[in-house]
Amino acid sequence: MNILGKTTILAAVLALGACTSADRFNSGNAVDLNSSGVGANGLAGSPQDPTSAAYFQQTVGDRVLFAVDQSTLTQEGMVTLDGQAQWLNTNVEYAAVIEGHADEQGTREYNLALGARRANAVLEYLTSKGVASNRMKVISYGKERPLEICSEESCYAKNRRAVTVISVVPTS
Amino acid sequence: MMRYALSLLMAMMVFVTMAHAQERSGPLRIEITEGVIEPLPYAAPIFVAETAAAAQHAQNITQVIATDLSGTGLFREIPASAHIGRITNFTSPVQFADWKAINAQALIVGSVSAESDGRLTVRFRLYDVFAGQEIGQGLQLQGTADGWRRMAHKVADQVYSRLTGEDPYFDSRVVFVAESGPKDNRQKQLAIMDYDGANLSYLTDSSSIVLAPRFSPGDNQVLYTSYESGFPKIYLLDVASAGRRVLETQQGTMSFAPRFAPDGRTVVFSLTAGGNTDLYAMDIASGQTTRLTSAPSIETAPSFSPDGSQIVFESDRSGLPQLYVMPAGGGEAQRISFGQGRYGTPVWSPRGDLISFTKQSKGRFHIGVMRTDGSEERLLTASFLDEGPTWAPNGRVIMFTRESQGAQGQARLYSVDITGRNLRQVPLDIGASDPSWSGLQK
Repeated sequence: MNILGKTTILAAVLALGACTSADRFNSGNAVDLNSSGVGANGLAGSPQDPTSAAYFQQTVGDRVLFAVDQSTLTQEGMVTLDGQAQWLNTNVEYAAVIEGHADEQGTREYNLALGARRANAVLEYLTSKGVASNRMKVISYGKERPLEICSEESCYAKNRRAVTVISVVPTS
Repeated sequence: MMRYALSLLMAMMVFVTMAHAQERSGPLRIEITEGVIEPLPYAAPIFVAETAAAAQHAQNITQVIATDLSGTGLFREIPASAHIGRITNFTSPVQFADWKAINAQALIVGSVSAESDGRLTVRFRLYDVFAGQEIGQGLQLQGTADGWRRMAHKVADQVYSRLTGEDPYFDSRVVFVAESGPKDNRQKQLAIMDYDGANLSYLTDSSSIVLAPRFSPGDNQVLYTSYESGFPKIYLLDVASAGRRVLETQQGTMSFAPRFAPDGRTVVFSLTAGGNTDLYAMDIASGQTTRLTSAPSIETAPSFSPDGSQIVFESDRSGLPQLYVMPAGGGEAQRISFGQGRYGTPVWSPRGDLISFTKQSKGRFHIGVMRTDGSEERLLTASFLDEGPTWAPNGRVIMFTRESQGAQGQARLYSVDITGRNLRQVPLDIGASDPSWSGLQK
């Protein structure tokens, strides 16, 4: 799979949407958000450039993890989110989609709702740190998009996550 | 998209039974209870081909009938190799001694003829071998040749009903999610098949995640959740045309876990706003939405009682997910599950007597049933991951998703009798999840 190509197309779709709609996410469009957890090479820009998405993902940290069944943020998670808030407050041309995920221990429906709780916990925290809520959107994938595929706690721990996926919103 | 079911024009008629005047001491009947352990032996010699063109169909139809019946675990076919008698003429008197000798309790005799217009005529009679008489009346079915499997299922349905006294379920379909690819890049698309895995066709492509399709009461429409727009939303799909439309809810919300009310006009579903998931109802025609629950907890997986008066759902308001029943219009909910563990995905039986559910306990998943007040809980299965039960039209069999453990884990469909016996994998050579069983086809 050519991750770079896919991401480029994704950005173009988002850009088109932003030009024609007040809704910067243009949610009526077929935006493919299935790119959760792509590698660093899937993001635009150099990791050395502090304004790049790659820098956000690798240096700031784009995800926080959760305990089993929990949507409360951990101390470690809050430190990561403090960094995210600071970065988003500096780089105001970016918008964020916060993806909530669950591990496979749970029913599909419950995990969708749980993932939404996790994503929302992140959104609320970032909002409390000054990030405008209209720059952010939440989505839950439940247990549909695991990063790690073993059926053990070592994998489950990485799958119980909320990932802040950022993209540039061109000025219209 | 192939729509064989609609092209099948089937006529079923009772034909005049031959003279069997003697009185019987009692009907041959297998009672489906916890106590049944010995399947009823039957013989189904290959149906007589009345025309040369019908020979292959006669063989195939007989095979499907036997697979249907034996697949219930209630009947055991005596193989043709053990038969003494031969049925070469549908109208000749049956030599019961030949079938008694191999201890066949029931005998199915049939014929198939191919008409000049390409249609098939299937006739059958069911006999109680030891009483030496017919059970019910002979039946004749007519249909197009491509509908031969449905005719076979209809015959098997008749036999099943006559021998169990239960409503049948073989002539039914299942809509589900077909899965391919590894766990971390799983592709999903909606698919539909006969209950036995035959006649598979796809209703969507695999470009978006799709989840949990649910048949409408008449089985001509399907509700499901799709990420087609980028966010989870509920779609309504017309099975015949595969045309679909989104059921819009308020901007910035996620909607999922839809299910039809028995009247087919209302959808009950989960809507997530501000991280909180509650239950809502939508009038499909007008799009008007009503909120049914209002709690900071997760409320999801709603399912109507068959009379439409109540909804059973899953909520973690007590801390862990449990099952609750409330009036269809919302209002006070009664908790019905009290066992150890977590309960989810409750589904009301079409008979109204039981609720099936997923239970998670001590690291294992189970499919179970309980009475609608939560009493008499019985776990029917156990595995690494069983979930999402759906009921056969007669409320005697449950189909569900079983996912195997580990990096190579795959989802498959299984069925189990409500007594907990006869666990079987649905014969499909693709990954599959989230089944929804139709009613009996008309």
